[in-house]
Amino acid sequence: MFEAIAFYLFATLTIVMFTITVMTSQALYAITAMAAGMIFISAFFFILGADFLGAIQIIVYTGAVMALYAFGMMFFDTTRDVVEKRTSPQIVFVLGVLAAVMVVVIFVSPIVSNNIQALYPIQEGVGNSQAVGMVLFTKYLVPFELAAVMLLVAMIGGIILAGKKMDKSLTLMAEEEIGSMDESFEPQEGGH
Amino acid sequence: MEITLTHYLVLSTILFAIGLIGVMRRKNLLMLFFATEILLNATNIAFAAISHYIGDLSGQMFAFFIIAIAASEVAIGLGLLIVWFKRTGKIDLDQMNSMRG
Repeated sequence: MFEAIAFYLFATLTIVMFTITVMTSQALYAITAMAAGMIFISAFFFILGADFLGAIQIIVYTGAVMALYAFGMMFFDTTRDVVEKRTSPQIVFVLGVLAAVMVVVIFVSPIVSNNIQALYPIQEGVGNSQAVGMVLFTKYLVPFELAAVMLLVAMIGGIILAGKKMDKSLTLMAEEEIGSMDESFEPQEGGH
Repeated sequence: MEITLTHYLVLSTILFAIGLIGVMRRKNLLMLFFATEILLNATNIAFAAISHYIGDLSGQMFAFFIIAIAASEVAIGLGLLIVWFKRTGKIDLDQMNSMRG
């Protein structure tokens, strides 16, 4: 009973928040509505017994990703209204068909999944974080390490892309100036 | 009134459709990134629900890796977006035609 109440409450809130994110013309409304929607989504993870995933959702999405978006929005002109796209009918058609097919697949998949057996069943008497750790560091160790390397590459890439020449405004410079700026920087770096 | 797997899958479908609508109607690239985050979150709900109802932890593992991928996507995408904004002063999708042949 409580599960049903919580599910419908958070489902409504999440759908409303994400609809605001998609439909609003103001970037600040969009980012705050999305942060709220991310927290409401973590409620589903707690209902489903995936406590660790819910904590990660709050920490990573509303902590890191939202802070990164807020940081990025400081560079852009967010006060003006967002101009909307005039979509071509082909894209609308393709994505609409895709969504319809997805609905059919989702309604069929519980029937198919009756034959599926659990490969790594959840052990009794073990907390969710402990069970996640046991599976993650045994069966999924290689993907875990690859994800770590991927995050490292993303971090270095982000630093190089966003942090390069922060004191210069590339908007006000011509293409030739930008090109010559790259060459003039290299001897200085080599000299140190 | 019991909540079944179908409830969660229907919710995931609705959220995914909202994300698709966002991808369709947004021209501003930052807003487009928001829509992709909604798409990723919708799949995360589906993974966690299936993991719970089948009694298998693999779904949660996939959700973890999706979160890691989303974090790196934001870092790289926002870095590229900042570079593009510093060079052109706009982040509209329609103006990104410098690679047109």
